[in-house]
Amino acid sequence: MDLLEFAKGPALQVAAYILVAGSIWRLVGIVLLKEKPDYSEPRQSAGLLAALKVIYTRSFTAAPFKAATLYPKMLAYVMHIGLFAVVFLFVPHIMFFEGFLGIEWPGLPNNIIYLLGVAAVVASFALLVRRLTSPVLKLISNFDDYFSWFATVLPLITGLMIPVRMGLRYETILAIHILSVALLMIWLPFGKLGHTFLVFVTRGTTGMVFERRGAKT
Amino acid sequence: MKRTPTVGEVLRAKGVSRRGFLKYCATTASILALPPSMIPRIAEAIESARRPSVIWLSFQECTGCTESLTRSAAPTVEGLIFDTISLDYHHTLQAAAGDQAEAARHAAMEENDGGYLVLVDGSIPMGNPGFSTIAGISNVDMLKETVAGAAAVVAIGSCAAFGGIPGANPNPTGAVSVMDLVTDKPVINVPGCPPIPTVMTAVLAHFLTFGAIPDLDKHGRPMTFFGTTIHDRCYRRPFYEQGKFANTFDDEGAKAGWCLFKLGCKGPTTYNACATAKWNSGTSFPIEAGHPCLGCSEPNFWDAGGFYEPLSTGNFDSGEKLAGAAVAGVALGAVAAAAGRRRQAKFTKEG
Repeated sequence: MDLLEFAKGPALQVAAYILVAGSIWRLVGIVLLKEKPDYSEPRQSAGLLAALKVIYTRSFTAAPFKAATLYPKMLAYVMHIGLFAVVFLFVPHIMFFEGFLGIEWPGLPNNIIYLLGVAAVVASFALLVRRLTSPVLKLISNFDDYFSWFATVLPLITGLMIPVRMGLRYETILAIHILSVALLMIWLPFGKLGHTFLVFVTRGTTGMVFERRGAKT
Repeated sequence: MKRTPTVGEVLRAKGVSRRGFLKYCATTASILALPPSMIPRIAEAIESARRPSVIWLSFQECTGCTESLTRSAAPTVEGLIFDTISLDYHHTLQAAAGDQAEAARHAAMEENDGGYLVLVDGSIPMGNPGFSTIAGISNVDMLKETVAGAAAVVAIGSCAAFGGIPGANPNPTGAVSVMDLVTDKPVINVPGCPPIPTVMTAVLAHFLTFGAIPDLDKHGRPMTFFGTTIHDRCYRRPFYEQGKFANTFDDEGAKAGWCLFKLGCKGPTTYNACATAKWNSGTSFPIEAGHPCLGCSEPNFWDAGGFYEPLSTGNFDSGEKLAGAAVAGVALGAVAAAAGRRRQAKFTKEG
């Protein structure tokens, strides 16, 4: 078994098992927690609509903070949109998903994907520089922040190296890329990257709690 | 002792003009990625070289490699160059049979001790010597005996180079490659199912010219021909970059000649010269004919996933195991939640 066969086979399999088991573990563990008793009168009905409202409104910065957060917010958008496009709209990746989902969807031309990938990497590095230079961000950052950044950016960089090669053989760099994706899949449920599947759950919950308390959302 | 004619003498006798011969030398220099200044050296070396003795051993094979070579658009200068080798043993092509054939092999070995080339096609069964024999001699014994006095060994085709189809899972005969058995002689792998005729003759031309084996990659293949992937040299590559793919063998994409990646093309991970050297006198190669590359010049190509499965498909063994992981996740989550609830109850009580 060569490196590529190992990456595409056992490495990816184990990573997938950990991703699935870990993500469901985190979600079920949170969902089954006991709700705190709330003895106050609800100010407004806190239904699903309230949850959806906050999921939407928190996607944008509140007016008073717009100027202060414009730069990191834009970077975060570039990074997330780039990452989404690279993962889900690159045709070889769509083929990968089709392999086990059985469905496919239209992709983007590779050159556009490369462009979005480079933009995502540049934005990620700019965000890292900001984290390292801002005294407040530096103070509240821990291993989780830095390793999550590393685990996210590594597959982007190794993926972008495939068309360039950098002196490596195609199958070698492809295997390294797949192994870096496996690392991301393994780390994703346990660190701050858990926001991938928790972001809308937590936002929705916040929305429902705030709505019940009568807060402006 | 009978004087062996030089390659140049044989070519002249066959009516090959000086111009035609130099054209062949220029082509050889080009495909071997050598500078034009090397053309005279190639011409001189080939012209003055004595006909090298070649012993061709066929083991567990389908004769496709021999077919590829003998049916290469004859008569070409390459074909004539090949004629100029002294093919002293090839049990498919030679007229002699039985004891006479074996005597020819032994005679060639004795007369050219230390200087002859051994070309092997087919893998060697190690499970039981009786699985494949020639004149009652097992393949492994014949290989070891013949290789002992050889200058170099050329493993022709993927079976000889990597075990090929006989070596595919579950490998019932315990097939191994030439390189697995020959460790004390230079071995050049010219894989492919079958290999490109031009590549076979050019490797021999390189040996005639320089008296040495060419630069090899990690799989023992000449870098000149196996240094780049099919994908890198594919004329359909622009369609890959543009995201234009054939989805089936008869859709509009296929008719328009778009990229065959979705149909399982292994071009990105296959190192061979098909896209440049091409087949049938440079007519085309499999992708040009509308079929994805199978990756036949790569080790274990037969076991490396489905031929029509896209390269980027993961090798997940079963959905059941993923479902098992999901169930394990639910169980772990339930345990974590129960522990959380106990902590919550404790704090509520303390509070």
